[in-house]
Amino acid sequence: MAKVTIDGHTIEVPDGTTILNAARSIGGKIVPPAMCYYSKLKTSGGYCRTCLVKVSKGSEKDPRPMPKPVASCRTNVMDGMVVENITSPEILEARAGVVEFLLINHPLDCPICDQAGECHLQDLGYEHGKAKTRYEFARRTFVKIDIGEYIKLHMTRCILCYRCVKVAEQLCPGRVHGVINRGDVAEISTYIQQAVDNEMSGNMIDVCPVGALTDKTFRFKSRVWFTKPVDAHRKCDKCCGKVRLWFKGSEVLRVTARKDEWGEVEDVAEGKAGWICNDCRFHKKEVNDWVIEGPSHINRHSVISANHYELSKLKLDTEQHLKQLEGKKVDLGEGALNPNNQ
Amino acid sequence: MGRQLLINDLDKPGIQTLEGYKACGGYTALDKALKMKPEEIVEEVKKSGLRGRGGAGFPTGMKWSFIAKPPGVPRYLVCNADESEPGTFKDRFLMEKKPHILIEGMIISSFALGANVSYIYIRGEMMYVFHILEKAIQEAYDAGLLGKNIMGSGFDHDLYVHCGAGAYICGEETALIESLEGKRGNPRIKPPFPAVKGVWDCPTVVNNVETIAAVVPITTMGGDEYAKIGIGKSTGTKLISASGHINKPGVYEIELGVPVEEFIYSDKYCGGIRNGKKMKAVVAGGSSVPVLPTDLILKTAKGEPRLMTYESLADGGFQTGTMLGSGGFIVMDEDTSIVKNLWNFTRFYHHESCGQCSPCREGTGWMEKILHKFLDGHASMSDIDLLWDIQGKIEGKTICPLGEAAAWPVAAAIRHFRSEFEEYVKSGKNMKDVKHYYRLNNLETA
Ligand SMILES: Cc1cc2nc3c(=O)[nH]c(=O)nc-3n(C[C@H](O)[C@H](O)[C@H](O)COP(=O)(O)O)c2cc1C
Ligand code: SF4
Ligand code: FES
Repeated sequence: MAKVTIDGHTIEVPDGTTILNAARSIGGKIVPPAMCYYSKLKTSGGYCRTCLVKVSKGSEKDPRPMPKPVASCRTNVMDGMVVENITSPEILEARAGVVEFLLINHPLDCPICDQAGECHLQDLGYEHGKAKTRYEFARRTFVKIDIGEYIKLHMTRCILCYRCVKVAEQLCPGRVHGVINRGDVAEISTYIQQAVDNEMSGNMIDVCPVGALTDKTFRFKSRVWFTKPVDAHRKCDKCCGKVRLWFKGSEVLRVTARKDEWGEVEDVAEGKAGWICNDCRFHKKEVNDWVIEGPSHINRHSVISANHYELSKLKLDTEQHLKQLEGKKVDLGEGALNPNNQ
Repeated sequence: MGRQLLINDLDKPGIQTLEGYKACGGYTALDKALKMKPEEIVEEVKKSGLRGRGGAGFPTGMKWSFIAKPPGVPRYLVCNADESEPGTFKDRFLMEKKPHILIEGMIISSFALGANVSYIYIRGEMMYVFHILEKAIQEAYDAGLLGKNIMGSGFDHDLYVHCGAGAYICGEETALIESLEGKRGNPRIKPPFPAVKGVWDCPTVVNNVETIAAVVPITTMGGDEYAKIGIGKSTGTKLISASGHINKPGVYEIELGVPVEEFIYSDKYCGGIRNGKKMKAVVAGGSSVPVLPTDLILKTAKGEPRLMTYESLADGGFQTGTMLGSGGFIVMDEDTSIVKNLWNFTRFYHHESCGQCSPCREGTGWMEKILHKFLDGHASMSDIDLLWDIQGKIEGKTICPLGEAAAWPVAAAIRHFRSEFEEYVKSGKNMKDVKHYYRLNNLETA
């Protein structure tokens, strides 16, 4: 076991735990944001640099501080380590820098992006970014392509977190999906379009922190906050069959895996992540296909749950807002105004 | 000129061939080494004080003693011949002129490390050097210097040359290893270091061409003798590739400790600034090290003459010093535009970033675009501060040191030549036909 102190909170964790996971077991504001690390995917993390922290004491044995900020998702704790995250102004500044870098070439097309509301980059921007951009050049763009029958790749939105590459590597044998080119023109690609043809490939959509990989059966159907999540299951011989259905009225618009508070796929059994197959995800959209368990509890800390969209903050009261929408044929669905109230 | 241990005998006939190399005493060091114990060679290298010639200057003997030795697991030696740092061209020169010194060094070093297989990873653009090495290796195999039971010692060794595809980032040791394994050349996240998990996840030592070649004279003369050359912790000789506005550009082998002033102005070396111009600045160790103006490169901030050693060049930290780096010595005369030079370097790092981590992937391109603005006469004073801020947000926050390599030149140029940036801002549009420039580069302004 190793004792580690993060922003003044001390906790004991098993040897080999990363700083990020130690922070997650403490919970709350001191948890560094993670855009590329995904606990269920081996070798993930280290790329985005949003989770940088300062190690002000290396360990009991070697108390020297680490010379540079480290990626908390890829650095293991040592006994006696002292870590500064939100208590270090340098780290907050560095993080704001990373957010800025991630956004300078991002299209900021949230109003038409299916990921909006569930997007980790949106959350990151709200919580750690600055209000104005200093970037004044043309942003890079890519052509949208179809990768496989069900997935749309919108590379312009991609932050190169490599999570989908790890899904391809670890869940889809015989992968044909990877990264081509380098530097700021590097892109996720199957090289030959349409080539992702594996029954677990849909999980790439779930791991994508932004709107770069979207579900073609759901694209432009609805804003996510107008849909209502319900947990359901079915017997499936390809996957665990435990899913989250997203309803609008009585229609199932989308099927996803169940996600935990870090936005990662939940474990269905000890150490077994609840990845779902393409059959469950794309072909079972009738209520009759499923055994309904009940409304999902969304505890992910996100733009929505942080109430950034709360109407009081928009200086509009609910009634006034509803009046504005009247006659516009917008189906709000349940929980539209605050999904936490489902 | 001081002693030459690496690029001596270049005028001897057939020095490129095994026969010619042997005629100048080649492979006697190997003979001597194979009669020693591997640990004894490591000990000699430690005593020699040899430091990595690839840029970081890490003590080689210490690096060798760090290699993990789990039983039953093979170990590898990899020679880093990816030399792509702008301003650096010493490894290519050495391999081209004297390929056998590298091969001999590889066999001795592998013997010392207990590696039965080693690789030379060579930059893709240097195809003709690749062929020279292949030919030399074949000669060595034919003479029984490679393969099974080398010189009757019982030591087996195979040496392969692997050609990269021309990426600067593949010179970073873990990216090199990935590339060697046939993968995309992305640097790995460390730890684990190659000494524990390198090629095929086995313990590996990665060394620069010149480092490995230096093992040959060290074996011949002994570590103590080698350590007598040089000053303090900068021992031995170093190849310097001198370029820029000097009378005699080229590769020089110096004894570490030569004063910088002598190196630039003496006829033995660079022969002074060409066309009788004055010197403006020097980039002393390849494009990634901080640029220094004339007064600071010739003398330290304390007023002592600066010497060509790791310590003296670094004196004063980055405030007033720089680094010996890989020995790419670029001299700029009074007519050189620091801003334009910086733009050129930055363009290089932007082009060569592997794109794994956000600060380097996005930041390098951003800095390049801002530097374009200066050249166009579109920049404002606040852009200088913006550049400064961006480089600070890249430095130390990336996976590999390419981030720093891109940030340091920007920081140094602003630190020492801020007025020149201001000049670009003030003279505005007179600088260039802007529209043409943007059209040419397919750029848009906001
Ligand atoms: C971006 C980058 C490029 C590099 N390129 C080279 C190179 O071309 N040749 C080289 O010998 N070392 C290069 N290095 C340094 C190597 O990572 C490594 O430190 C070196 O090969 C170790 O050898 P040495 O100890 O003999 O110097 C590079 C490092 C970085 C970060
Ligand atoms: S610093 Fe640049 S080159 Fe190095 S890993 Fe990050 S993106 Fe790649
Ligand atoms: S989450 Fe740690 S670097 Fe991306």
